[in-house]
Amino acid sequence: MAAPNSAADFPSAALPLLRNVQLRDNVRHATDVIQRKRSRVVGEMPDWEMLRDSAQRIREHTMEYLADYLEQFEQNCTAAGGQVHWARNAEEANRIVIKLAQNATASVIKIKSMTTEEIGLNRALEAAGIQPVETDLAELIVQQSHDRPSHIVVPALHINRHQVRDLFARTMNLTQLTDRAEDLTEAARAYLRQKFLQTPVAISGANFLVAETGGVCIVESEGNGRMCLTLPRTLIAIAGIDKVVPRFRDLEVMLQILPRSATGERMNPYNSIWTGVHPGDGPQEFHIVLLDNRRTEILRDADARETLHCIRCGACQNACPVYLQTGGHAYNSVYAGPIGAILTPQLALMREGQSLPYASSLCGACYEVCPVKINIPEVLIHLRGRIVQQQPQLQRTFGLEAIAMRFAQWLFLSEARLRLAQWIGRMAQKLFIGNSGWIEKLPGMLGGWTRTRDLRPMPPQSFRAWFEKRSESSTVRNQGKYE
Amino acid sequence: MRIALFITCYNDTLFPETGIAVVRVLERLGHTVDFPAAQTCCGQMHYNTGYQAEALPLVRRFVEVFREHDVICVPSSSCVAMIREHYAKIAVASGDLRLQADVTTLLPRVYEFTELLVHRLNVDDVGATYPHRVTYHASCHSLRSLHLGDVPLRLLGKVRGIELVPLQKLDQCCGFGGTFAIKNADVSGAMLEDKLHCIENTQAEVCTACDNSCLMHLQGAIHRQRKAVRTEHIAHILASEGGSAEPRKDTV
Amino acid sequence: MNDAIARTEILARIRSANAKPKTMSAVDDWKALPRQYRQQSTRDLASCISLLEDRLRDYGAGVHRSARGQVSAGIAAILRQRNSRQVLVPAEIDRRWLPQQFAFVTDTDLSHGELDACDGVLTGCSVAIAMTGTLGLCHADGLAPEQRAGRRALTLVPDYHLCVVESSSVVETVPQAFEALEPYKGQPVTFISGPSATADIEMTRIQGVHGPRVLDVLIVD
Ligand code: SF4
Repeated sequence: MAAPNSAADFPSAALPLLRNVQLRDNVRHATDVIQRKRSRVVGEMPDWEMLRDSAQRIREHTMEYLADYLEQFEQNCTAAGGQVHWARNAEEANRIVIKLAQNATASVIKIKSMTTEEIGLNRALEAAGIQPVETDLAELIVQQSHDRPSHIVVPALHINRHQVRDLFARTMNLTQLTDRAEDLTEAARAYLRQKFLQTPVAISGANFLVAETGGVCIVESEGNGRMCLTLPRTLIAIAGIDKVVPRFRDLEVMLQILPRSATGERMNPYNSIWTGVHPGDGPQEFHIVLLDNRRTEILRDADARETLHCIRCGACQNACPVYLQTGGHAYNSVYAGPIGAILTPQLALMREGQSLPYASSLCGACYEVCPVKINIPEVLIHLRGRIVQQQPQLQRTFGLEAIAMRFAQWLFLSEARLRLAQWIGRMAQKLFIGNSGWIEKLPGMLGGWTRTRDLRPMPPQSFRAWFEKRSESSTVRNQGKYE
Repeated sequence: MRIALFITCYNDTLFPETGIAVVRVLERLGHTVDFPAAQTCCGQMHYNTGYQAEALPLVRRFVEVFREHDVICVPSSSCVAMIREHYAKIAVASGDLRLQADVTTLLPRVYEFTELLVHRLNVDDVGATYPHRVTYHASCHSLRSLHLGDVPLRLLGKVRGIELVPLQKLDQCCGFGGTFAIKNADVSGAMLEDKLHCIENTQAEVCTACDNSCLMHLQGAIHRQRKAVRTEHIAHILASEGGSAEPRKDTV
Repeated sequence: MNDAIARTEILARIRSANAKPKTMSAVDDWKALPRQYRQQSTRDLASCISLLEDRLRDYGAGVHRSARGQVSAGIAAILRQRNSRQVLVPAEIDRRWLPQQFAFVTDTDLSHGELDACDGVLTGCSVAIAMTGTLGLCHADGLAPEQRAGRRALTLVPDYHLCVVESSSVVETVPQAFEALEPYKGQPVTFISGPSATADIEMTRIQGVHGPRVLDVLIVD
């Protein structure tokens, strides 16, 4: 199998996580709670499937006319006093942000944003001497514990309240802090309050860009988002070029499906929509960085471009039985779970994260919940195909798996060969049958099976042999075309 | 009615008793079962693992072998899902117009076994007797690709003597996933543990499903851990007539 | 400049990925998008209002009703109950709402610190969505005084928000709210659904983080 170039591949990264009982309990609890809430609020929408259909088509349509919509967004945002920047990759985006922030401030307040994670903005800011302060509670926890987010919507779901207490007690110097969620939240509120009121520059992501108006929409719960969007003098937003929607009205679809899918709420506490600069209201300087970072590569692949339809609700993660076992860190990537399994390798031009498309049993639970109907299993299979295709010629020809696959195909292309293989299998399996009468240990690749499972041996007679014997007359004879 | 059976490669080799049970049920209902001998494999393993080029000849072969058959019965929902969800796409990708046309006429003729009984033959009582405590595991493909819904349960509900116990977390994958079980053996094993736990909670004697692939996976761990429950393909239960319902020696 | 090069290149890459000729213009294709979801209301106003009440309570907001002409008395009762003294109001507020016995602070470009020193804020509401329990706050010139909510910081910094909702501003569905806001779509809009909240620690929902921790809604019949 193709090994990723860097970072541990999924199966090996998963191993220590599977043994971490505490972590698995935390993940299980969190995903259970969100799933239950989600299915309740989705269940009360008789038009849910119609909303999904519309959402899917809106996203598809947007991608088809993406260049036009981005130009339209740029024009309208600029007319409203905003400044639009374009970045081909992470370095360019980081450079733009640093340049804007550098002279204005020594620290910036930040709203949780997967995109800034993707480009490693915090590291870049720190290197430039600017201190980024995460203001979303979960991101604050992750940042202060020098950890990585493990979920798109609830980045700290792998950390429980006792762990948060110990952390805050240390970093905020609060020795008396209890581990009640209320007290921990209150501690974060007090810690951030002055920062909100005084920091002159904020950095955010964006949930949606509205081409028609040049507006930006951000969806959040805690009010930290509104603080960042409203109080500082300067606001810098970073958005993937995939974030655009054609018109204001299209938000009526997105804002119905997103909160129900993401947190299981009918509507999240706060949605902010603003357009450029509003005199006397909010930041008087607004910049937006439109980021490609290989999204245009994804757009090029007709069978995978629906990956770009994602609105980062995280529902696929909560529904995924693989994610449930390992949590997000096994994916070694900013985007975990099913969406990570398709997005990460593509963002790396299929040069990294090649084990991720295989980190799925193709059960389809992700597709079932995805509010924009991304057929994730289909994309996974397609990417597996690309990974096989791009194997070096040597591996594609002589690799163990490739040989096994071609050999199996060769058998299946002839009934006689299949029969012969069945006969040989029955003979050969005797080598592996244990005392219990079952196969308990298989060699090579197949050994994965017998690590936790036995295998019943092949019975002495195949079905085709049985059928043939019982009545020659009703067997349709070989029709000649195939051996 | 003449019904062609596509037994699938793994049932043919590993679970011939499932095919035998399917034949018994269909014949008991007065139908004639054909078995086109040239049949082998639908190409699912190749396709899902990324060897799409290698799957194409198998798709062609399947189309050819079943060209003349009006009703094709498949006792495996994952193979039906492969055919329904991917054959058309594979045909388009091949650029072969004739294959595309062939696939279009093939698809409406392919039925999963329980789907055939309920939707095509319009029976839910197949005259079976099976006096055991049974829980039904919905395979992912039966649930999300074929949308079988309560079709298998309707059939099981009509079996005499059966005691059906619902399985918790019915919609959660057992962790099989074809080559996933090997490539990600540890995660797959952890998913399997969860499923086993739910099955044990039902205190059923038998866990059944429309797919021997999931059952083989479950059975593998049940055997390793010497658990009391056993697995049976749904065809086996529907074929039972009381006396013959005793577990096969080789699955205990 | 780098930016310009990046811009040209990104747009060119998108256009080349989308090179397949289109059969329709973007506008026509957009108009043809399916919108089978619910847009119009199926309830009368009274039942919309009771749904709104229900959904607001579900978020932990306080809900009060008042007859037209009694608004000021209603506000007084709520503020007394909340023990709020320094209450902020937007300059454009409907002055008839304000009860005599309270000192209101009118927003005249107050600093963040001055906003922070207030106990609470009293505003109108541009549109309220019954199905989701959402208050839509906008501050556009075309809106009537009772539909205006002031600049965004007003309803954010103080720890308490009392929002007056005229029954004529209540709609049932989210699409109806977007229809109502369509004329103001270039203006800042904030949708508020209950007090600020987080579930980041063990998925326990905690009400009140950075935004107002207490939200009261007074519905005027
Ligand atoms: S892929 Fe779909 S379900 Fe997953 S995060 Fe994106 S939008 Fe949500």
